[in-house]
Amino acid sequence: MASITMDNLGKVYTGNVRAVSDVNIDIADGEMIVLVGPSGCGKSTLLRMVAGLETITEGTLKIGDRVVNQLEPADRDIAMVFQNYALYPHMTVFNNLAYGLKNRGFKKDEIDRRVREAAAMLEIGQFLDRKPRQLSGGQRQRVAMGRALVREPAAFLFDEPLSNLDAKLRVQMRVEIRQLQKRLATTSLYVTHDQLEALTMADRLVVLNGGRIEQIGTPMEVYLRPATTFVAGFIGSPAMNMLPAAYLSGLVAADAFAHIPVAADLVGLRPEDLSLAPAGEGEISLTGQLMLLEPAGAESHLHLTFEGIKDTIIARLPHVPDVQEGSHLTFSIRRDKLHPFDCNTGKRVA
Amino acid sequence: MVENNRWGNLFAHLVLILGVTIVVFPVYVAIIASTHPPGTFIRGVMPLLPGPNALENYRTVITEGRSRAGTPPIGGMLWNSFVMAMAITIGKLSISLLSAFAIVYFRFPFRIFFFWVIFLTLMLPVEVRIVPTFQVVADLGMLNSFAGLSIPLIASATATFLFRQFFMTVPEELMEAARVDGAGPMKFFKDILMPLSITNIAALFVIMFIYGWNQYLWPLLITTDPEYYTIVMGIQRMVTGGDSEPLWHLVMATVVLAALPPILVILFMQRLFVKGLTETEK
Repeated sequence: MASITMDNLGKVYTGNVRAVSDVNIDIADGEMIVLVGPSGCGKSTLLRMVAGLETITEGTLKIGDRVVNQLEPADRDIAMVFQNYALYPHMTVFNNLAYGLKNRGFKKDEIDRRVREAAAMLEIGQFLDRKPRQLSGGQRQRVAMGRALVREPAAFLFDEPLSNLDAKLRVQMRVEIRQLQKRLATTSLYVTHDQLEALTMADRLVVLNGGRIEQIGTPMEVYLRPATTFVAGFIGSPAMNMLPAAYLSGLVAADAFAHIPVAADLVGLRPEDLSLAPAGEGEISLTGQLMLLEPAGAESHLHLTFEGIKDTIIARLPHVPDVQEGSHLTFSIRRDKLHPFDCNTGKRVA
Repeated sequence: MVENNRWGNLFAHLVLILGVTIVVFPVYVAIIASTHPPGTFIRGVMPLLPGPNALENYRTVITEGRSRAGTPPIGGMLWNSFVMAMAITIGKLSISLLSAFAIVYFRFPFRIFFFWVIFLTLMLPVEVRIVPTFQVVADLGMLNSFAGLSIPLIASATATFLFRQFFMTVPEELMEAARVDGAGPMKFFKDILMPLSITNIAALFVIMFIYGWNQYLWPLLITTDPEYYTIVMGIQRMVTGGDSEPLWHLVMATVVLAALPPILVILFMQRLFVKGLTETEK
């Protein structure tokens, strides 16, 4: 158990290619931090820097009270779960789990105890004599988890561990990993490109873009108050709609925008904040044409065009409305649900 | 292609049978010839059925050789060949495994340069560099020794290249997982890389063993002491040595015995050998 402190971490590859810059994250003991971002944003590089698989070219990294910049992965007291599991194909599941312990000189009965304990926890006890290729994807995933568990490390590092699983299994493993992490209260750093995974699993999530941190916060903070247009577009599905502020102010009385600073020239609007109910007090009313209705069972996505806005606006309703494509619909929006941004800096202005 | 054409099948089988016959017939002749008395060959008509002298011929080559013609009994020569082939095989395998490991997993200056240097030596087989190599071996005082027989043949670009290709297909995460698991480079090599390449090692073992066993020119050059004659040389000496007509029945008995060890090695390693050539387990 330990905290992880990243102080101005940066990574520059030879040839002056910058992958990560100025990363400051304090991970509390037992906290689960999710690094999320599009591919190429540096999240895996950052994780691998923490693991010791990539050298750190700038800043300092502390695990607990130790600066570990120069330490080998094995000496950092971390355990890692890889995207493709990286199980040793020629070893049985038991030996896969035991390998790290053997290398550390654990006694035979201690190894045996720990492996069986981890196997029981992950329900892979009956597979201990099998080779990885005789296991299904989900079982391999569990073995990979087990290999991290047996070590009882200071921190778990997960590198997109669920991305090779099918959708159903992914949801199931997501829950299991989170429960396990909470039960063991082991500091964890989890990398994913899936914003849903990020939102559901994180104590706090870190949104990365282009090697820089866009925002750090609890999932709800990030969702409800995205700090930049990038975060606004990345977190949430369907993505947040972006409207030119000028368009809205042309539609409604100026006082409707009293709470939005002048600097804001871009206004974000979550799809679920568009409502078909008639506009009430403090609400803006907008009429658009329905281009496409996507029913998704419990909810529906409406693709709309508004006169004067070139992008399609998406509304998400908690039901499937009985409307025709091509018809005009009037939506109401609560003013406090508008997210004002400065379109030059991309930053939130209020 | 799953075609069930009767005539096609028949034709295919005929071609295969013809091929097998062409390969097997000389071997058959050699075995038959080794069972006949001395005079049979000289008469010029090759019998196709076994003769009565099998036991005697084999006993002669194994126990006496042709001592008067300077050819020792073949037991010692078989042993020499075996030692040389094993030394070459094991030497080649260990050196090429290690150099491929270095080239694939370590970043050191001129890495690519060294790889190409190793690769270029493919163009320099023993026969090409035989005179300078002889000079070196002679200067080092390794004539008439097992070291002289095997060391110059150990360096192998082929095996290095094959192992390099194989190592490059091993997912990098395995190495990283091993690093996180506290395995140093040599431990990773021993615990993970070697077991994964076992089928390749077996395949190369067979190929290298036969390569070593069949060496002819090199042992012929550097051994003058009958103590170090190899079996392949021995065959040659049997044919040309002495003043009499070549004793073909004894030569053939020697040939048959000389062919046995490689066959045994192949049979022994067959399962792994075929696996190594056809499948990669990852």
